[in-house]
Amino acid sequence: MLCGQQTWQFPSRPRVLGTGTIVGEKEGQGPLGDRFDLVVTDPYVGQNSFEKAERKLMEEAQKTAVQKAGLTIEEISMVISGDLLAQNITSHFAARTQGRPLLNVFSACATSMQAVAIGAQLVDTGYASNVLAAVSSHNSSAERAFRYPTEYGAQKPPTAHCTVTGAGAVVIGKGSTGPVITYATLGKVIDLGIDNPWEMGAAMAPAAADTLVRHFLDTGRKPQDYDLIATGDLARVGHPMARHLLKEQGYELGERFTDCGILMYDETQSEVFSGGSGPACAACVTFGYLLLGLMEKRYRRILVVATGALLSPVSSQQKDTIPCIAHAVAFERDGE
Amino acid sequence: MHGFTMYIMAFLVGGFICFIGQLLMDLTKLTPAHVMTILVVAGAILDGLGLYDPLIKIAGAGATVPITSFGNSLVHGALIESQRDGIIGIITGIFEVTSAGISAAIVFGFLASLVFRARG
Repeated sequence: MLCGQQTWQFPSRPRVLGTGTIVGEKEGQGPLGDRFDLVVTDPYVGQNSFEKAERKLMEEAQKTAVQKAGLTIEEISMVISGDLLAQNITSHFAARTQGRPLLNVFSACATSMQAVAIGAQLVDTGYASNVLAAVSSHNSSAERAFRYPTEYGAQKPPTAHCTVTGAGAVVIGKGSTGPVITYATLGKVIDLGIDNPWEMGAAMAPAAADTLVRHFLDTGRKPQDYDLIATGDLARVGHPMARHLLKEQGYELGERFTDCGILMYDETQSEVFSGGSGPACAACVTFGYLLLGLMEKRYRRILVVATGALLSPVSSQQKDTIPCIAHAVAFERDGE
Repeated sequence: MHGFTMYIMAFLVGGFICFIGQLLMDLTKLTPAHVMTILVVAGAILDGLGLYDPLIKIAGAGATVPITSFGNSLVHGALIESQRDGIIGIITGIFEVTSAGISAAIVFGFLASLVFRARG
């Protein structure tokens, strides 16, 4: 049900029943490498193109999530998925083999939490019994869709992001164990006029701050009510900006405020620039690492604010500015 | 110019051209293709003004290796053939000096694409 202006509350306490995360080599070498279900070292994942490789990642993450939830694909009422490629070919083509109804969603790197929010709402209202929510990205397919193919050898500034190669999936349903999804705050599109695709952290920071403030206002919660608040992929340039913007509005987030793009890679890894991005960034870090933190009782309650830069290759070529969005989802441990 | 001075000048001139290229990459929003084109055109203009040959005499490889020398070669060929054949020479001469480089790029690019694929 609607809570305040932009927040959904889920009174029936839908849960994350199973997670599936699969990442590429560079992500596997990062600090969270051993938290993911599978690390693939072949950038083609045995396929003949990066796009097909991404599709394979998506399929495997989905299968793993369903398996870990103890379900079969027939027990999934609906698949909600999204990715970065044009016409969302990863999501659509991966769904060919499932034979389940598909809702495709897109909000760039914020797609993961958009999918989880819609999934939780469908389960909460009884419109679905189990929902499989999944997103993917592949560094090389994203580079050639949005920027330059690797073969072009373009230099990137240190403010750039490294698109995460991977896929993350969750099964949302009603059960007795697993992290509970309590709230989702859906973001507004915010565009403060940044038009440089190498500055996505700066472009997305205001959207993240806006959604967080709205979440606190709508739910009456304070930053202190969360053990951890993670933005999706603002990375080392955008994250301090979001912290600053929140401070200006009177919200001091302190040590609990982190970012999936920062957590994904070690700063000293080569070519990670300011940090990770892509739908798989927030998805893999949240589903593979943060939710585990809830189950291992490191956290009691966390808030993930996935951030998306809604640019397209065409809008970039036409030198348009970058509209951004952020969707927040609160996950909690039982009995809190 | 010979010996040690030549090496120093090659280092300084070649380095300076690359420095301009890096500045264009870092301070502007130009794509690598734009930066390359600007350097090629700059080399062409310098040769049109008769300045690139003296630069090669002073700096050797410092002036011939950077992409600016490609612009220089385009204009060079066009000027030579235009002196011989008139206005048609401008067209036929543009790729006169550079044809080896262009053909090699095409042929070796093709061969490499048969053998290798992008590593991600």
